[in-house]
Amino acid sequence: MGMNKSVAALLPELWLLVGSLVVLVSGSFLPRRRLGWVRALTAAALIGSGVSAALALAGPDQLVYDGTFAVDPATGAVRLIAVVATLLVIALAGDELRDHLRQAEICALLLLATLGTVLLAGAHDLLIVVTGFLLASVPLYALVGLTRTAAAAEAALKTYFFGSLFGILLMAGVIVLYGLGGETSYSVLTSSLTTAPQGPLTVATVAVVGGLMFKAGAVPGHFWVPDAAQGSSSFAASFLTTVPKLGALVAVYRLVVMLPPESRAPLLVGILAVASMTLGNLAAFYQDDPRRLLGWSTVSQVGYLLVPVAVAGRTPLALGSLVVYLAGYALTNLTAFAVVAALPQRRTLESYAGLASARPWLAGALVVSLLGLVGTPPTAVFAGKLAIATAAWDGGAPWLTVAVLANSLLSLFYYLRWVAPLMRAAAPSDPEVTRTPRPTAAAAASGLRVATAGAAGTLVLGVLSGASWLLFSGAVLR
Amino acid sequence: MLSVIVFLPLAVALVLAVAPVPAAPSRWAWLTTSVVVLGLVAGVWVGRDPGASGLTAEAQVPWIPSVGSSYHVGVDGLSLPLLALTAVVFVAAAIHSMRQDDRPRPHAALFLFLESTCLGLFVAQDLILFFVFFDLSIVGMYFAISRWGHGDRERSALTFFLYTFLGSLALLGGFIGLAVYAQPHTFDIPGLVAAAPLQGHPVAGGFVLGALLLGLAIKTPTVPFHTWLPPAHTDAPTVGSVVLAGVLLKMGTYGFVRVAMPMLPGSWRAWSWAIIAVGVVSVLYGALVALAQSDLKRMVAYTSVNHMGYVVLGVGAAGLFAPSDAAAREAAVNGAVTQMVSHGLITGALFLLVGVLHERRGTYAMDAYGGLAGPAPRLATLFALAAFASLGLPGFSGFIAEFQVFTGSIALAPATAVALLGIIVTAALFLRALQRVFTGPTTGKAQGFTDLHTHEWLPAGLLVALAVVIGIAPRVVLDTIAPAARSVVELVSR
Repeated sequence: MGMNKSVAALLPELWLLVGSLVVLVSGSFLPRRRLGWVRALTAAALIGSGVSAALALAGPDQLVYDGTFAVDPATGAVRLIAVVATLLVIALAGDELRDHLRQAEICALLLLATLGTVLLAGAHDLLIVVTGFLLASVPLYALVGLTRTAAAAEAALKTYFFGSLFGILLMAGVIVLYGLGGETSYSVLTSSLTTAPQGPLTVATVAVVGGLMFKAGAVPGHFWVPDAAQGSSSFAASFLTTVPKLGALVAVYRLVVMLPPESRAPLLVGILAVASMTLGNLAAFYQDDPRRLLGWSTVSQVGYLLVPVAVAGRTPLALGSLVVYLAGYALTNLTAFAVVAALPQRRTLESYAGLASARPWLAGALVVSLLGLVGTPPTAVFAGKLAIATAAWDGGAPWLTVAVLANSLLSLFYYLRWVAPLMRAAAPSDPEVTRTPRPTAAAAASGLRVATAGAAGTLVLGVLSGASWLLFSGAVLR
Repeated sequence: MLSVIVFLPLAVALVLAVAPVPAAPSRWAWLTTSVVVLGLVAGVWVGRDPGASGLTAEAQVPWIPSVGSSYHVGVDGLSLPLLALTAVVFVAAAIHSMRQDDRPRPHAALFLFLESTCLGLFVAQDLILFFVFFDLSIVGMYFAISRWGHGDRERSALTFFLYTFLGSLALLGGFIGLAVYAQPHTFDIPGLVAAAPLQGHPVAGGFVLGALLLGLAIKTPTVPFHTWLPPAHTDAPTVGSVVLAGVLLKMGTYGFVRVAMPMLPGSWRAWSWAIIAVGVVSVLYGALVALAQSDLKRMVAYTSVNHMGYVVLGVGAAGLFAPSDAAAREAAVNGAVTQMVSHGLITGALFLLVGVLHERRGTYAMDAYGGLAGPAPRLATLFALAAFASLGLPGFSGFIAEFQVFTGSIALAPATAVALLGIIVTAALFLRALQRVFTGPTTGKAQGFTDLHTHEWLPAGLLVALAVVIGIAPRVVLDTIAPAARSVVELVSR
């Protein structure tokens, strides 16, 4: 099976790659007033990719191109979730981008970053992991720096700095693993690493897993997340706190399954999971800027997402629970960012006072998304939390179950700090909050659309989680 | 049928939440829906084979098969009385809200949503389904307090949410533990009851029971986890308090008989003395602290700690291992379940009546009133009746419940007789409250006090009347509870 070079197997990726090129080229030929077409082209590429990914789910699991890329339920799930998430980001960005001169370049960058994430998820070879990492990272630096503010510049610099640092760490780990196993393909490494000496193996594991933590936005690679969430434009913030995680988490999952037990990878991932959720929650406690709060919240959320990765291969529930949580998280996080995008003039939690009566639909979507992030039933993240907590216990790590539940309680406090003002009457003296935000009416409209659709989606996904779990349960290819 | 009962209020709530229905039709929609639900519940009860111990009106649909969770509903003698109690309490709350004019449409929608969560919890035969409703009831009550409460409502609502959410997470941890130890993994309640998956794992069983007890004790609430209750009640709107005390507190004690006792019999027996001790302390401490209150609503709130203590005492005593005393243990469980219903009716009525004070005069302070019986005879009469019912006078449901709890638990463990002091203290505090607020010359804010309107005396009267019916003809309820209580006792003796 290793020699399979079927182009059709990579159809979803090709849609993204060709789409990004077409968008980029057409952007330089289209007259300025017709530039809106590139968003339609981007959406078409994403939909094409999603449809071919859905069709591929029915096909056989296989390793393609000399066993460097796995087409299995894990890849299939990320293909679908990433494409849907990016579509939502495009819908959210619609009005923000409408008059943007660089919208073709932005759309191309979004498509390339999505492609990078999918490559990371399917990578069955250390070199593809590095390729995916770079492809998913480099577009982000530009996307973060798009907004010409001091905060955005700082965030871009920070993201770039940490991206380079962790990229080097990742590559160093890859080199050591190559030295130990004599190959970069997982199919070979699975057996050749079993005889590797423990010391170097542990060092390499720490380096590779640690390097990927930058893409996941988890401890210790998380420093850029809150700054980027706060400083970049709404759509960029929603994209970079959602999509890159998908690929990174599945890449770590495959590593944990591939590495021999001597590598201590499960324990390492478990510790990083607890550190991420706890640190993210504690740091979010007294944030007053909703974007920054959401930034720290994503750090804690990726901690939960690392829990099933820590028990990868040790319980049949691991992969299914990771996918259920990933899908729920992506939808819920985008919903929260869509609300923030719709209300650009409200920059503090206190300024959300009176939203329930002024904008009931947005307030409702915000409540659903925040309670969703807490893990309140029947939202999608609840299904995910239930799944990962069960998987952790079943995989022999009940301490992770306890950590998940304890951190859910911690997180409740700061999410409620945001929910509480919604019901209150708006402070009449606050000049920032006007009931008719004229200058941003368009952004508000696309934000509202995405927010309500997302909130409805997270409820539906929560109730139907059983079905999605069945679809993606099982194991990754080895 | 049960699905219709559970989701009908939710469906109406969604319509009310979205469509711009005017105030009056919104209120009527709530009342009508709740009356229809009550009728349907009565239909299920009447149509049920009397004396049966298994599930009726059962339905099961696969939901999350990978972990063995399904949409499984059904009722038996433990859940049916509580289902009926929920339906009655919400009808009372709807009648009381017929004059509610602070955004009545979302108010009705929220309480219909709450009604669905409460009904759903008592029919759930799957732990995840149980948990979904358990958690959603917290969310609903949070918004009820933070939006329609008074005083320091946001803070009270936050305390309530954080505290009870801690409980729900502990509960979820326990549920996951039960499912993980069951082979194959399942969250199905009858399946787990049959399997008792942690028999023979004393350490793990102890931890899982500890998590369940923590979660249920916070919701009940028992000492020392009761501190969220007084502020939540003090600042909650009247109907919020009625639903909170009448229904939500029962979710905790219901969990004891539905989940903890039958699924973890060995651990329950091992812990029964600790549970009894918590029950006795709750009885005495709740009564004494209630005695010390000068705020009438806080006083009623603290009597809940006392009354729910009897329930904990009863279920704890049922775990004492003495095979010859099956009858005593059945009496204790019977009494505990009866007390859940009885407390819901009586305390619901008390909160409805106490709420009138705040609505008229803006304060619950007992010292602000005096001789209220003069201007408000209807209020005085109903409050006196509810107070006598609450202190366990024969002829009311509370007597039936507490008599059985004490018969059972004193026979099993004579030391529990010390809890009888709680009854005396409760009698003292209610008589003192009656005397301070209602008797003597009319003074303070009692002057010019308007007596109860129809929408105020009708729901309270309905609840008190039901407490009298159960007190005089207890067999209506006991015949339903007894077979289920017997099977709980058999299960916990395994």
